[in-house]
Amino acid sequence: MGIIDNINKLFDHRIRLGIMSILVVNEDADFNRLKELLEVTDGNLASHLKALEQANYMTIEKSFIGRKPNTKYKATREGKAAFKKHIEALEKLLNK
Amino acid sequence: MEEKDYLKDITEIKQLMNRSSRFISLSGLSGILAGIYALIGAAVAYWLVSNSGRDYLILDGDVFRFIMLDLFLIAFLSIATAIFLTTRKAKKNNEKIWDASSRRLIINFLIPLLAGGLYILIILNQQKYGQTGALMLIFYGLALVNASKYSIGNIRYLGYIEIILGLICTLYPGYGFWLWVLGFGVLHIVYGSIMFIQEKRA
Repeated sequence: MGIIDNINKLFDHRIRLGIMSILVVNEDADFNRLKELLEVTDGNLASHLKALEQANYMTIEKSFIGRKPNTKYKATREGKAAFKKHIEALEKLLNK
Repeated sequence: MEEKDYLKDITEIKQLMNRSSRFISLSGLSGILAGIYALIGAAVAYWLVSNSGRDYLILDGDVFRFIMLDLFLIAFLSIATAIFLTTRKAKKNNEKIWDASSRRLIINFLIPLLAGGLYILIILNQQKYGQTGALMLIFYGLALVNASKYSIGNIRYLGYIEIILGLICTLYPGYGFWLWVLGFGVLHIVYGSIMFIQEKRA
């Protein structure tokens, strides 16, 4: 089954899917913004972000705003392509 | 994996995309009120000019100054009302009034609007005021179209109509006043009402 192959295991989780959904339509998002939108705890969000980063689906940019550390997340081209493929697979599954 | 779950996934993706990139709490009622202010302001301006003994405007007379004040008041009241009602609605929607999406909306709205506003002030100083109404309509329309990418989709169409009215106004500057009334008064009321009805239904 070719369709099933395109279902991305990494996106088979609500929070990881949510993070990617936000990152593909926004240039970037910081940690607090993601937390607010997804309504998750710090630790939970951090572990899912790590998984996506390890897959090279997004990059992390650390900087300081004044004295406060600020972490920005950006989807990579690879991540966007994988996300698109996953969505197409979902649509095909639903339309079949 | 159940099919139902995938459907839920898709819905959630859509929601997150919208919520993270668009500010949706614009209030329809503030549109209606802005239209009403514009109509009252226009009536005042009409009355001022027709009682000035002339049927045209001179640029440094008292009447002109009153009309500038009149315009400023319309803008000020419309913005104040919009901020007040939008804040109220955002609270109800559980949406933050000042976050990445509202900031983007305001910045993208203000760029064409401020550029246009400055342009109009500059050419007014050069005594070229025949196109003021047209320019206001065109730049306001462009501001709406630009902002619509970051908000609910239908303000884009309001923008298109304002731009078209502005272009018509450029061709027939003599009707500038009435086209302004149509664009800033009537259209705001019509659009605000449509949004208001949609809000009630949602």
